[in-house]
This record gives sequence, C-alpha cells and structure tokens, in this order.
Amino acid sequence: MSRAGALAQGALLVLLGTFLLTPQSFAKLFRPFAPGDTAPIYAQTPLLTLTVNHLLLVAGATLAASVLAIGFAVAATRPAGRDVLPFARAVANLGQTFPPVAVLALAVPVFGFGPVPTLVALVLYGLLPIFETTLTGLEGLDPALMDAARGLGLTDRQRLVQVELPLALPMILSGIRLTAVIGLATATIGSTVAASTLGEVIISGLLTGNTAYVLQGGLVVSALAILIDAGLRALELGAARRSGFAS
Amino acid sequence: MMTDPMIELAGISRVFGTRTVVSDVSLRVAAGAILTVVGTSGSGKTTLLRMINRLVEPSAGTVRVGGRDIRTVPPHVLRRGIGYAIQGYGLFPHRTVAENIAVVPRLLGWDRRRIADRVDALLGLFNLDPAAYRDRLPAALSGGEQQRIGVARALAAEPPILLMDEPFGALDPIIRGQARADLRAIQRRTGTTIVLVTHDMDEALHLGDRIAVMDRGHLVQEADPAALIGMPATDFVRALLGGGDRAFQLMALRDVDDLIEPGPAPGAPIPAGTSVRAALAESLWSQRPALPVSRDGVLLGRVTRAALEAQGARP
Repeated sequence: MSRAGALAQGALLVLLGTFLLTPQSFAKLFRPFAPGDTAPIYAQTPLLTLTVNHLLLVAGATLAASVLAIGFAVAATRPAGRDVLPFARAVANLGQTFPPVAVLALAVPVFGFGPVPTLVALVLYGLLPIFETTLTGLEGLDPALMDAARGLGLTDRQRLVQVELPLALPMILSGIRLTAVIGLATATIGSTVAASTLGEVIISGLLTGNTAYVLQGGLVVSALAILIDAGLRALELGAARRSGFAS
Repeated sequence: MMTDPMIELAGISRVFGTRTVVSDVSLRVAAGAILTVVGTSGSGKTTLLRMINRLVEPSAGTVRVGGRDIRTVPPHVLRRGIGYAIQGYGLFPHRTVAENIAVVPRLLGWDRRRIADRVDALLGLFNLDPAAYRDRLPAALSGGEQQRIGVARALAAEPPILLMDEPFGALDPIIRGQARADLRAIQRRTGTTIVLVTHDMDEALHLGDRIAVMDRGHLVQEADPAALIGMPATDFVRALLGGGDRAFQLMALRDVDDLIEPGPAPGAPIPAGTSVRAALAESLWSQRPALPVSRDGVLLGRVTRAALEAQGARP
C-alpha cells in the first residue's frame, strides 16, 4: 500500500471517529441540507450505537457466511464430495441472485421483525463470493504439490489443514472481503424491517425529506466500507506473503 | 540369486476404465540397488512407480516391500517409510527449506533437536550451507536448489526406499549431470534402494544397476546396463537405445581401472575412474596410442588404445 493511501485512510478513520463521537460538532456542515429548522444531525438513536449495531450485524453475517461457504467449498473439493459441488454451487448462486429485499419479505413472516431477517438475507447474499474464491483457491493448487503431500504420507486432514487451506487463504480472504463490503451496504435495507442499522438514518431522511440524514447515513457506511476493505486487503497481502507467493 | 528383495512386484496390473495401463508386471529390486524404469510417455512407468507407495492401487497382483504385502499397511504409514521425489518437486511454498525437509520427521514425531540436526546434515550432504538456506522459502531458490531440497525432503526420515519420478526432468543439461552424480554418490553412502522413472535412456543407463524397459504397459526387458545394450530384447528397446553408437554407450558405462597395465606412456596422465569412452576420446584427440593413468598424483600404469577399443565390442 502506498504511503499516501495509508495516510488518507488514517485521516478518514480519525474523521469518522470524530463524527461518531461528537456528531453535533459537524452540525454547521450539514445545516444547508436540512430543510427549514429541523435538526441537521440525526439524533433519535446515537449514530455511534447504530454504527456498532450495523457492524455487529455485518460481522455476524460475514462470519456465518464464511463458515458455511468454506465448509461447502472444502466438501465440494474432497474426492467423496464431488457430487455435492453442483448442489453447493446452486445454493450459493441462488443466494446471490435472489434480491435481499425479497429475502427480507419472505423472512419476516417466519422470524418476525428485528435483526434476524436481515442476518438471513446477508448470510445468503454473502455465500457466493466466499464459496467461489475458496473453490478457486483450493482447485488452483499445484498438482505436483498435492501429489508430493500425498506421497510424503500426509493424511487427508493433514493435507487440508497444513497445505490446502493455508495456501488458499489469500483467495479465501478476498472472498470474505467482498462479502463484508457488500454486506455493509446491503445491511442498510434491514432497517425497513426494524433491524438497528445505519439504514435507519437514511430511511428517516427519505421519509422526512431531510437530505442531511441521508448523507450522514450514506457517508458513514461508505467510510466503513472503505476502511474495512483496506484492512482486509492488508490481511490478504500478509497471507499471500506468508504463502510464499509475493516476493 | 536374489534371495531377499527389498521390493517385489508380483504380476501387478492396473486398469483405468477400459485402458490397461500396466499389464502383469513382475519385478524384484535388491536392497541397496538402483532400478531405473525407462519408457516413453504412456508406457505405464509412472503408474508402476505409484503402485509401490499406494498412490495407485493395483487392479491385480501383489506388491511387497521388505517382504510385507503393502495392502496390510495403511497408505499414509507406508508412505512415511518410503521417500518420494517428483519432477515438479512439489515443495510447500509456504514453508521454509528447513520446514520442507522436516515434513516426514515431524509426521513421525521426531523431537525438535533431532529434526534440526537432520536438516543441517542433509543440507550439508547436498552442498547447501545450512545457515544460508535453512530459512529461505522455495520461491527464493534456483531450480537446481529446489530439486536438491526435494530429494533431501524425500530422504529426511532415512527411508530404506526412495521412489523418484523424473527427478531431473526440469533441470538444464549441465546441472542435470551434476545432480545425477550427486544422487549416485549419496546413494552409495546411504545404501538406499532406489526406483527411478525416466524417459531418458542415457539417464537410465548411467544411474541404474538394473534397467526395466516399459512399453505400452508391458515390461519388455529387465537387465543390467551392459546386457541391455548388448542384447536389446525388442525393436522398441533398440529404438530407445538410439541405434548407432551402442559401442560408445557401452564404453561410457565402464571405467579404465581394470584395463591398466604396467608400462610407460607419454603426456599428461588421466585420473583413475575415467570412463573408457572419455579415455578413448582423449587418446584419439591427443594422438597418443597409450595414456598414463594416475590416482591422486600417483602413477598407476597405462591404458592402450587397443585395450580401450576392445571394450566397445558386443558383449
């Protein structure tokens, strides 16, 4: 990562932190976007609380999607699991192509209002990127390497844990990064079914015609996405170095 | 004659679908010997090799290692006792040189100290400075160095048997010659029984105590190098030998030591252990009918061109 890039990200992090801790100090900035004399800063729920809830929801969904998708991909690449591959692909694809809003609509009658329908939608939506990158990572391993690992006497489990997963890790992390970033944006719609996310700020702005709120919600989500993307990219690079790829 | 073979293949075949890749092959490899298996691609030589460490299961027949039917040993346990080195080396890119060499000792539960000592000893054996190489990743090694680490890893747990599939195939010709000589020297020291698969008849002749020639799944001849050159069993074997210069191939297998006779000869001496072929070439090149032979600076006698030429005759 370039020095300037790191510097910009550091500045963004400080700016975001300041805004979330003391939103009122930015009141002047948002004044022009608020109609009449309505409050320029969203205050029904503290922005910091919404941000933390938003992050927890996305983190939980990303974690669950990772466990499921990596599990699917591992099973699908075992000799005995070749039959699972089409099924796993179909599930992952369906999750990705089914609109999250529709998932919400279907999930609410089952789980009721609150964070659970959003979690379900995010998990389904997040499966495909992780599944596909994990599959690519596991299938792209050098055949000579796998042959040697077998010929040296590593058991199936030892090959998976000591060779395949560590070498596929950079690819897996890139899938997790994609899922996390997509999830950050998608989670906002959760507020339509009463999940506590930054979407609440945006929806409130839309309902009252207050552009300042829409901006606040949108900007915080964007900043989070940029920072998390950068953080996970750094992890990926580290993993790739450890795998002996980058030199 | 061979009372106690280290490896014994008895009537083994392998069928993939409708294709018979290996057909009823029986072979014995004596302890401490090098068997080279030579054939064109698709001859079944690699499948034959992989049936010895159960990477491929025979469709019929029995494989015995050290007198034991290998079907009675779990595959991963069997493989930890048999070295395995392949053309692409298959080094773990995320592990250092030391960790790569230590794979099998770690699987076998050796203690740390013993593993570290073994790694350093092997690096030394392959002329790689342990301090400089131990902590490098494979990506930071040349092809020749990776090849040596691959063989060092295969030998790490001191297996009595080493299986090699085209281990020198990816090396350039100059390094390949050195790598073969190193392998031969190390094998002489360790007494490891080696089965080595190659498509290169020259390599097979240079390294093998015995040579097995595979053709479309069948073992067509198994003999020592001189017998193979002298009496190729089929046209296929003759074609693999390359036809024309059988006399020189034979001469390349033998050294001058047995041909030394007392008497003077002009010019600079050749060292004992020189191949008959190289000695004859020197004799022709320098137009000397006899060459002095010395070992470590001590003059042993001479070899005559006539004696050298006689070595090229059909056995």
